[in-house]
Amino acid sequence: MAERSFAREVEKLRLGTGETFSGEGILAITKALLQCGVGYVGGYQGAPISHLMDVLADAQPILAELGVHFEASASEAAATAMLAASVHYPIRGAATFKSAVGLNVASDALANLASGGVTGGALLILGEDYGEGSSIMQERSHAFAMKSQVWLLDPRPNLPSIVAAVEHGFALSEASNTPVMLQVRIRACHVTGSFTAKNNRRPPMTVADALANPRRDTARIVLPPASFLHEREKITHRLPAAHAYIRRHALNETFGPARSPVGIILQGGMYNAVIRALQRLGLADAFGETQVPLHVLNVTYPLIEDDLLAFCAGKNAVLIVEEGQPDHIEQALGAMLHKAASPTRLEGKGPLPMAGEYSGQVMLDGLGAFLRAHAPDLLAPAIRAPNLPEPPDLSALVRETPNRPPGFCIGCPERPIFAATKLIEQERGPHHIASDIGCHLFSIMPPFELGATTMGYGLGPASASALNAEGATRRSISFIGDGGFWHNGLTSSIGNAVFNRSDNVIVIVDNFYSAATGGQDILSSRATNPSKSTLHPITAAVRGMGVKWIRQIDNTYDVARMREALRDALTSPDKGPKVIVASSECMLNKQRREAPILRAATRDGQRVVRRRFGVDADICTGDHACMRLSGCPSLTLRTLADPLRDDPVAQIDASCVGCGACGEVADAAILCPSFYEARIIANPTRWDRFWTRFNRRLIAALQAHRDARRLTFT
Amino acid sequence: MKHAALAAPPEIVKLAVLAVGGQGGGVLTDWITTLALSQGWWAQATSVAGVAQRTGATIYYVEMAPRDPAQPQRAPVFALSPAPGDVDILIAAELAEAGRAILRGFVTPGRTTLIASTHRMLAVSEKIAAADGRADAATLLAHARSHSRRLVAFDMEAVANANAAHVSASLFGALAGAGVLPFSRDAYAATIRAGGVGVDPSLRAFAAACSAAEAGAAAADGSLEASAAPPVAPVPAGPSALMTEWSALATHAAAFPQPVSQMAAHGLARVVDYLDADYGAEYLARLDRALAGDDPARDFAFSTAAAKHLAIAMAYDDLPRVADLKTRSPRAARIRTETGATEVEPVHTTEYLHPRIDEVVATLPASLGERLAARPKLMAALDRFVNRGRRIRTDRITGFCALWLVAGLRRHRRRLLRHRTETVHLDHWFDLALTVRATDYALAVAILDARRLIKGYADTHARGLAKYDRVLAALPLLANRPDAADWLRRLIAAALEDPEGQRLDGALRTIRRFAAD
Repeated sequence: MAERSFAREVEKLRLGTGETFSGEGILAITKALLQCGVGYVGGYQGAPISHLMDVLADAQPILAELGVHFEASASEAAATAMLAASVHYPIRGAATFKSAVGLNVASDALANLASGGVTGGALLILGEDYGEGSSIMQERSHAFAMKSQVWLLDPRPNLPSIVAAVEHGFALSEASNTPVMLQVRIRACHVTGSFTAKNNRRPPMTVADALANPRRDTARIVLPPASFLHEREKITHRLPAAHAYIRRHALNETFGPARSPVGIILQGGMYNAVIRALQRLGLADAFGETQVPLHVLNVTYPLIEDDLLAFCAGKNAVLIVEEGQPDHIEQALGAMLHKAASPTRLEGKGPLPMAGEYSGQVMLDGLGAFLRAHAPDLLAPAIRAPNLPEPPDLSALVRETPNRPPGFCIGCPERPIFAATKLIEQERGPHHIASDIGCHLFSIMPPFELGATTMGYGLGPASASALNAEGATRRSISFIGDGGFWHNGLTSSIGNAVFNRSDNVIVIVDNFYSAATGGQDILSSRATNPSKSTLHPITAAVRGMGVKWIRQIDNTYDVARMREALRDALTSPDKGPKVIVASSECMLNKQRREAPILRAATRDGQRVVRRRFGVDADICTGDHACMRLSGCPSLTLRTLADPLRDDPVAQIDASCVGCGACGEVADAAILCPSFYEARIIANPTRWDRFWTRFNRRLIAALQAHRDARRLTFT
Repeated sequence: MKHAALAAPPEIVKLAVLAVGGQGGGVLTDWITTLALSQGWWAQATSVAGVAQRTGATIYYVEMAPRDPAQPQRAPVFALSPAPGDVDILIAAELAEAGRAILRGFVTPGRTTLIASTHRMLAVSEKIAAADGRADAATLLAHARSHSRRLVAFDMEAVANANAAHVSASLFGALAGAGVLPFSRDAYAATIRAGGVGVDPSLRAFAAACSAAEAGAAAADGSLEASAAPPVAPVPAGPSALMTEWSALATHAAAFPQPVSQMAAHGLARVVDYLDADYGAEYLARLDRALAGDDPARDFAFSTAAAKHLAIAMAYDDLPRVADLKTRSPRAARIRTETGATEVEPVHTTEYLHPRIDEVVATLPASLGERLAARPKLMAALDRFVNRGRRIRTDRITGFCALWLVAGLRRHRRRLLRHRTETVHLDHWFDLALTVRATDYALAVAILDARRLIKGYADTHARGLAKYDRVLAALPLLANRPDAADWLRRLIAAALEDPEGQRLDGALRTIRRFAAD
C-alpha cells in the first residue's frame, strides 16, 4: 500500500484523444507511456518518480486491458536489465528510478543494454534528484549517457514538452537502436500543468506474444567478437541515426531574434529559469518572447555540432547554461568552436557557478553578468548598473531561526531503536556505527547523532566490513532498512558478513514497507498485495544466508528489550554476524491504514480505544533529558505561568499518536516519572461505565479524605 | 480588484508556502492553484516533496497570472522555484518558517505580503537544550513586520484546532482575508467544497481565519503580551483551622518589600502545599534571614532569588511528592483536557514509574536509611528487586491506593533520610550565599541562582547535582575578583548548555588558567 491513493489519477490514465489531462509532470509521463503503446514498465521507487510507480501499481486493470506488463523491480539494476525484452523484440519498454543513485546501481545492466543495442524502444525515465529537496549525493546522470553512449533527453519543464519527449524518446530509441534516457528534475516531476491527451495504444506486440515466439541473435550478445562490433556500430550506425532523427524532428528548439550579438545555449530543463531571469532583466515578456536568442537542448546527448555552430555563427559571445558538474556540454562545445576556428567567445562556468543548483538568483546573477560583459546595450540603464540597497542586518534573525532538517515522524517505530542504541552507548561507550539509506539515516541528526558513514542502499553492513578484527574489544553496529535489505543488502551485506566471518552487529530496521519512498510494499511487507508476493520474513532470508545468531524484536517501542538485544549482540561469545531484526510498522502508513477505520468505527458506535501520552507538568522539572532521547515532534515544550520555573516543561501535544516511545524511554533510561499513558474509550460498554464509576467513587473518597486534612492551591 | 498592480494582464503573481513537513502544505498549494484556475487564470504549482516532507522545512511554490484578453489561449512561462526578491505573497505555516523565508530573501520590504501563523513547532535543536533553547518569538515577529510590505499574523493553528481542521484551511482563510488576490471569498470556499475532504471543518476554519485576517489580525501582538503577564498568586483552599494558619503566614509574606513578596507568595504556597504550614513558617524564617541586611538599592535581588530557590529546594522531588501529584483530585480532569477525552469517555491512566533502591531508601526513616545506604553490596542486592519499570494504573482503585499510601508518607517527611540530606545541602548553600553577600552581593545572588542546575530525577538529578558542585567548587578561584559573579553565571550557563558537561569543563579550564596567572 503506497503512501497516497491514486484512484483519481488512475482515472486520468483513461483520457482519450482531444481530452485535457491536468496533473503533475510525473503523471503526465505515465499517461504518455500508455499513449506510446508501451509493452512493459518497471522501476524502483524513490523521489521524485515514486508517483509513477504508485499510479501504475494502482492502475493494474487498465494495464491488463492494454496487455501492458508492470513490474515493481527489486532494484534499479533489475529494472534496467528488464529492458532486455526490447533487445530482440519490437516491444517498447520503460524503466524508471531516482538518479544519479539509480544509474549507479543500474550501470552494469545499462552498459550491456547499450552495447548490444535495442530493437524496440527502450526508455529510462530518470528522476534527477539534484538541488534543493534532494536526498542524495550531488552528481549528474549526464556522464552515464556519455560513457555508455545512451541518448539523454532533458525537455523543457512543461507538460506538453515532457509528453513529447516520451514520444520522441521511444521513436529515437528505435531509429538508432539505442536506449534513451529521459531526465526530469525534482520540480519538473511535481510541476502541475495540462496537455491534450491521445488514446492509449495497445502494444503491437505484447510480452505474451514475445514469449510465444522466442527470438535470439548472437550478434546482440555482449561477448567477443560481437562486443567489438557493438562499439564500432555505436559510432558508424547508431550515432548518425540519432543525429538524423534529432534534426529531422527538430527536437532542439531555437527561440528569439535571428540576429543578435549574443545568444544562450541551454539544457531544456533550464528553460523556464532562463526565461525568468530574462524577464527580470527586461529582455523577455510573460509569454517567454525573448530578445536574446536561445538554443534549447531538449537532447543534451548527443550534441548536434552543425546546429550548435550555426547558432553561434555571427555572435560575439554565447553563454552555455549547464547545471551541475563536470561541464560536459561546455567542454564539448568549446572543442567544436575551437576546431571550427570560430571567433565566438564561449562563456558558461564563470558567469555561472561550476557547482550547485541554478536557482532563480544564480540564474539572474549569471545571465546579468554575461550580458553586462558582452551585450550591455541590450540592458536598460537601471538594470545594467542597478542601485542595490544595503543588505539588511539579519544577524538577530539568524540566531532565532532554528535549522529544521527532516527527521523521524511522530510515532516513528525507528526512533526507539536509536534511543536504545544511544542508551547502550551510554552504558558501553561509543561504537563504530555504519548507517544505510532510508528514513533510519535520520539517526545521524540530533538528538541521536549516531552513525559515521552511509555508503549506499543496502550497503550499511558492507560498509563496516573492514572494521572486523580478531581480538577487537568492541564490535561495530550497522543499520540497514528492510528496503535496502531486499534491494541488495541480503547478498552485499548479510552474505558478505557471513562469508567473511564478520563478528559485528547488524540491525535490520523493518517497518513493513519501503517507507522513505512512499510506503510501497516489498517482499517482507505484512499485508497481502493483489499483484505482488509479500509476507516473506526477513529472518528466514537471513537464516538462509547462513546467519546463526538472530533476534527478532516484534515491538521496537519496547526500548528496554531493544537495548537488551543490542547488549546481547555486543557481548555474545558466539562467532559470526549478530543480526537483530527490529520490526514495527511505519507509523505514517499505520495511521493512514487505521485512522479512517477507527473513525468510522467510533461513528458507528463501536467501542474504540485511543491511546495518548501526556506529561504531568508539575512533576516535570524541565531538564529535557527526554527530548535528548526522542526528538518526537509531538513531544514539545511549554512555559508554565509559575515564577518558580526558569525553564519550560515537556508537553505532549494533540498530534500524539500514542506510540509510547517517550514513556518507554523515560522508563528504560530511568529519566523521570512525569509520563503517563491515557487510553480513552469511545463508546464505552455498560461494563466499562460501571467499572469506571466504581473506581471513581472509591478514588474520590480517598481524595476527599486527604483534601479535608490539607491546604491545596489553585 | 483590490490589487491595482494586477490590472495589467501579463503580470505574474508569485506565491511561496514555507511549511514544516506534515502540515498539509500540499493541500494548501492544491487549493490555491485550483482556485486560480477556476477563476480563469493560468496557474502552476511545484514542490520538492520527498524525504524533506518528514518533519523538515519544506517549500511549495505557485505562480499564476490572469489571461491576456487579446490572446487568451497563450500560456505564460512560469518559473519552478521562488527567487529571492521576487515573491509577492509568502505564506509561512509556522513562525520560524517566516524567519527562514526572510533569511532566504523571499520576503521583500515594500513588495511581499507575509501571511504567517504565529504558533511554533519547535525544532529538535530548540528542545534538547537543558535550559530554554527556544527561539525568541518576538524577534521573529518583529522581523516579519519590518521586512514585509504587510504582515498578516495570528495563531492559525489555534483557529484550525478550534474547528477540528488542519492549519492549511486557516492559512487559506488568511490568504482570502488578506485580499491580495482578486478572488471572491465565495470562490475560495467553493474550492474547499470541490476538494471534497473534511469540507465542513475546513470551511469553518477558513471562515474564522478569513475574518481574523480581514479584521487586521492584531491578535499576534496581543497573544504574545498575554503570555508575559505576571502570574497570579495561588489561591488556597482547605479546612478552616489550616486556613487560619495560612493567613498568618500570608500576612507575613505580604509584608515583605516588592518584588520579594510576590515571589514569596508563590514560594510559600509551594512549600505549604508540599508539606504543611509549619514548613511554610520555616521557609519564611529563612527568608527573614535573607531580608535582614538586604539592599533596597539592588531591588532586593538577593531575597527575591532566595524566595524562589528556597521554595524549589525545600519542595524537593521525592517519592511521596510524585505519588501525591499523581493522586490529586483535579488531575483526572486535567488529563481529560490534555488528551481530548470527552466527559462520557472513560480514561485509563497508566503511570510510567521506575524507582530505584536509592529513592526507596531515601524514603525510609533517616537512621535506617543511612545504615542501608552505607552498605553498597546490600543496596545493589536490594536494587535488583526494586529497579524495574512499574506501570501503575491510577484509574483503578488498586493502583491508585498504592500511590495514595506512598503520598501519605509526606506527613512523616521530616523524619526521612531524603529530608535530612536535602536540609544539610540547603543549609550549606544558603549559609554560603549569606556569607558571601557580606563581601560580594552579586556573587551571592549568582550562588543562589546556581540551584537552577539541580533538577530532574535519578541520573539526571545526580548529574545536575554534580554540575552544581563543580560550579560552586570554582568559588575559591574567583575569590576577590570584581567580575566573580559574571564568571559564576558563565559557568552556570555553560553547565546548562550541554548535558554531558563538556562546555562546563571548558569554562572551568579557562578559569583555572587565569587563576594560575
